[in-house]
Amino acid sequence: MLEGILIGVGSALSVTNILMVIGGCLIGTFIGMLPGLGPMSIIAIMIPVAITIGDPSAALILLAGVYYGAIFGGSTSSILINAPGVASTVATSFDGYPLTRQGKAGKALTVAAISSFVGGTVGAILLMIFAPMLASVALLFHSAEYFALMVVGLSAIAAFAGTGQVGKAMLMTLLGLIMATVGEGALFNMPRFTMGVMDLQSGFGFITLAMAMFALPEAIFLILDPNRSKTGSSNEIKDLRITKEEAKSIAPVIGRQSIQGFLVGVLPGAGATIASFLGYAVERNIASKEEQDKFGKGSVKGLAAPEAANNAACTGSFVPLLTLGIPGSGTTAILLGALIALNVTPGPRLMVDDPQIFWAVIISMYIGNVILLILNLPLIPYIAKVLAVPRNYLIPFILFFTLMGAYIGQNNATELLILVGFGVCATILRFADYPLAPLLIGFILGRMLEDNFARSMQLYDGFSFVLERPMTMGLLVLAAILVVLPSYRARRARLRAEGTADGD
Amino acid sequence: MALDRWIALIILIICSIYGYTAFFTMDAGLPPFMQRNPMWPSTFPKVLSVLAIITSLIVLLGLEKGNGEEKAPEINYRRLTDYKLGQALMLLGLMVAYALFLRPAGFLISTTVFLVAGAAILGERKMHILIPVGLVAAGSIWYLVQEVLGIFLRPWPFFMIGGA
Repeated sequence: MLEGILIGVGSALSVTNILMVIGGCLIGTFIGMLPGLGPMSIIAIMIPVAITIGDPSAALILLAGVYYGAIFGGSTSSILINAPGVASTVATSFDGYPLTRQGKAGKALTVAAISSFVGGTVGAILLMIFAPMLASVALLFHSAEYFALMVVGLSAIAAFAGTGQVGKAMLMTLLGLIMATVGEGALFNMPRFTMGVMDLQSGFGFITLAMAMFALPEAIFLILDPNRSKTGSSNEIKDLRITKEEAKSIAPVIGRQSIQGFLVGVLPGAGATIASFLGYAVERNIASKEEQDKFGKGSVKGLAAPEAANNAACTGSFVPLLTLGIPGSGTTAILLGALIALNVTPGPRLMVDDPQIFWAVIISMYIGNVILLILNLPLIPYIAKVLAVPRNYLIPFILFFTLMGAYIGQNNATELLILVGFGVCATILRFADYPLAPLLIGFILGRMLEDNFARSMQLYDGFSFVLERPMTMGLLVLAAILVVLPSYRARRARLRAEGTADGD
Repeated sequence: MALDRWIALIILIICSIYGYTAFFTMDAGLPPFMQRNPMWPSTFPKVLSVLAIITSLIVLLGLEKGNGEEKAPEINYRRLTDYKLGQALMLLGLMVAYALFLRPAGFLISTTVFLVAGAAILGERKMHILIPVGLVAAGSIWYLVQEVLGIFLRPWPFFMIGGA
């Protein structure tokens, strides 16, 4: 491991890569602050840039920096104007915005920055410990287990969608898998479901789809509802210091939530949003009575908890991506797509084949966290000026960057029409409360899922691999349980509420 | 019927067509040597179409019940006309126009027009600020993409090729 760390330090500390981290963090903070652009949209927009860099570690470092920056920027806009740019910072606004209204915006930003820093750093340390362990276990996996593992990952994503939503999330996942079968598969050299359209021969473009699923609907929502981008009067930000007592009271909160957030982030489908809400809820429950009353009215603990948790969770979500090659969230799914475009296949072999990529990314996470703390915190009053960009200018630019992202990758104007078409479909799906991240994850995993499935089918000459490999069987059973359990529990709760005896 | 169930119905129809293709028409052109393979190009789509049809039926028939509490939707689609629907549709139209004109009109002209027209649709009237902003943005983005990233973007209209 030490050897790996040294490789990582050597590669991450090159001038280019440090510039990548700085640039990524700044861009991420900048755009993440804008209402309506979350980490997924920003990363999707940055992918063409990252791909043209060519060097996979530099590209991944840039994208990871953007990811952190976006989360940090999102919390800034939650604190200052109560407009979370990102779902995972909604919990931050519960206590952050009240602090701003009390005139303590500077303090709130400092608490958020410190919590994010610790959360991210602890996450990176845990990642460094867990990822190699998990990767060495994963090396024992064959294609049959990979297939089963991906099924588990996809069902977990559907299962975490919440009550009444599992069916919809599963449907979206399946739709993503179906969309992945369009075009020419590597396995058969035979176009499928192209309906004779030449432009579909190579399948749907992944960046186009990512833009259409996230950036475009968000922009359309901004147009439809002007209140979403309402930027209040920017408050004067002064006095960034926090007192010793406050530091003492938030230290244990940050510690607990960093670890808890990391563990939540590792779970597929959970991610930073759930981690931040869970962190907030847990801390409120274990706080003393008088502190509990302060939650929601500007408690520093209530601000520190979600911030530490969401940053740790972001780091945690890299574990399944880097070790198993399975993304647990929409954002990591987009990163996976970018890696594949750069000719890197994440998975347990990554640590063996390309250790410099793996370790450089981890080391750059530390650097990214330090940069967010020392560079962005003093700059925040100036960066916050971006919130004053008028909506009339902002929206055409968001739309334009969405179009450019899809165009640059393919240099094909048909791609833009597909983008608009899918964007409209995605907006309608969002109206009806269908989750869109599962669709993209399904789309990205679809081809790998089919390849692994095909390989096991060929090795075992049929479906018998499911029965002959206990681990595959176990994983598939787990996937089935994950899908069925939420609706079973909901049904039981309903029966109990109706007063029907349920036997136990 | 609520919008989400209409969507489920549409997905059901799409999946049925997809499934029909996978089950009945795709294998016709399969060469004999591939037929001995346990995995056909249609195998995976067959599995997917069956699962997707079942799931869309579950959503369509409302078999899975939520916990009863309605989340406040971000945008209430039943009152879509209360929102800036006209602006949204016009901007979407503008995006389509951009897609069609990008090649023939060249990057610089189409981008400037897109940015200016987009802001104008949203109600911006200060043309003396808007047009310079559009021009500078289009120019600097073209420079970034072309020179820094090294991706070719045709800057000028089709009749000026080579005239740059």
